[in-house]
Amino acid sequence: MKPVNSLLKVCGVSFSRDGKFIFKNISFELFAGEILILLGPSGCGKTSLLRCLNRLESVAEGEIFLQGVPISRITSPDLRRRVGMVFQTSADLLGTVEESISVGPSLNQQKISAHAVTSLMEKVGLDTSLRNRKVSGLSTGEHQRLSLAQVLANEPQVLMLDEPTSGLDPTAVLTVENLVQKLNASLKTGILLVTHDINQAVRFNSRTLVLANGEILADGNIQELINSSQNLQLQKFFQGQF
Amino acid sequence: MENQALVFSYILVMGTIGLSWLNQMHLEKEIILSSLRATGQLIVAGFLLTVIFEIEQIEIFSFILLFMCLVAARISGGRGKEIPSSYSIAFVGILIGSLLPFTLLCIVGVIQMGARFMIPLGGMVIGNSMKASSVALNRLVAEVGHQRSQIETLLSLGASVRQAARTVITPAIKAGLIPTLDTMKSVGLVHLPGIMTGYIIAGGDPMTAVKFQLAIIYMLAGTSGLTCLVVTLLAYKKCFNKQLQLRLLES
Repeated sequence: MKPVNSLLKVCGVSFSRDGKFIFKNISFELFAGEILILLGPSGCGKTSLLRCLNRLESVAEGEIFLQGVPISRITSPDLRRRVGMVFQTSADLLGTVEESISVGPSLNQQKISAHAVTSLMEKVGLDTSLRNRKVSGLSTGEHQRLSLAQVLANEPQVLMLDEPTSGLDPTAVLTVENLVQKLNASLKTGILLVTHDINQAVRFNSRTLVLANGEILADGNIQELINSSQNLQLQKFFQGQF
Repeated sequence: MENQALVFSYILVMGTIGLSWLNQMHLEKEIILSSLRATGQLIVAGFLLTVIFEIEQIEIFSFILLFMCLVAARISGGRGKEIPSSYSIAFVGILIGSLLPFTLLCIVGVIQMGARFMIPLGGMVIGNSMKASSVALNRLVAEVGHQRSQIETLLSLGASVRQAARTVITPAIKAGLIPTLDTMKSVGLVHLPGIMTGYIIAGGDPMTAVKFQLAIIYMLAGTSGLTCLVVTLLAYKKCFNKQLQLRLLES
């Protein structure tokens, strides 16, 4: 059943850098409770699109709406708290795991309770005994989970994950994918997950946007898209010719 | 000093050029041009000072000191040209950083009114301020580049510009203060400062020279601190646009 509560609406958005279009005329909608996969080859503009949605970059054309409100009417800090982004490579913030998780709320002069920190650590599958560990001592996988907890501490309405399994071993990849599915079931957010891995998109078996050469080639369930032979460009993409 | 001795001392510069060439550092051209520029500038300054010392008008002194600030800002601003308006920022920082301590010492009588005192000491203060500004700007650009992902992570979590840049402001101010702090630590042990040396050579009382030199050192410390603070606090904000996005210009 298709979710009906629209969280994020992207209308004809384009982005250019140094006078060159990175993506052009992108439109899609993200609904509450769904995992939307943004699938495309490296360098096709997936990360730039997420950065535009988080306003780390500005779009050249088009409009973005968050729960029906144009994001141009929302201040940058507020927008960024509501549209949380987990980066592909997370930066090392100083301090302990607990301090790192508390960063988002503390930037907004809010205090997060010890209980809430424990709950977030459990939610992202981070061993609670690590709460006083220095962030610099964490493994890549733990780092990724910490970044997720950090963003979730802001209670975002939209959760954007940029290649969340890059650099992880195959077992850890499956664990993170399960975690995303669990989060989707427990949270009322919409999840926008960026990946270049077709197999990962298939495993999620969710609505998928295929982005290539700065354009959306298709929007639909991944299995249906793979089985469809109508779109020649799409077939080329699935055959790895991009 | 004989002219021959001066020419002979240039051998030291040639030695540096030789070292650069042997080690393929590609600094030969810059060393030659800088040394020629220094020679030309000092000769012109010598002629000008001879004329200026005959004039005792505060307006003329002020104009000269302002010109020095402009030149210093031009040089210092170039060290942070990735930051929008770096030249204006350097000018404001150098003007405030050098003018306030300098005026204070003029008021309390450490610096006597008159071209013979105000121009060389003003030049010293402005030069010191320029160095502090250059180091602070240079370090700020380097820190922003180095900590880019950390800054953007904080921004993406809802940080304000000040919150996101907190970790780059302190190192920039600290770096700008390093030359002055090192001078204060080493003075009297590693080197005897120029003013004190000159005063003693001219037959002055060493303790009077020490007191005068101390006042100058304190003034330079105040200058460096104030310049670094003003320059860094103005410059970090320029690294971000109104959308709270990190923006540095191409160097």
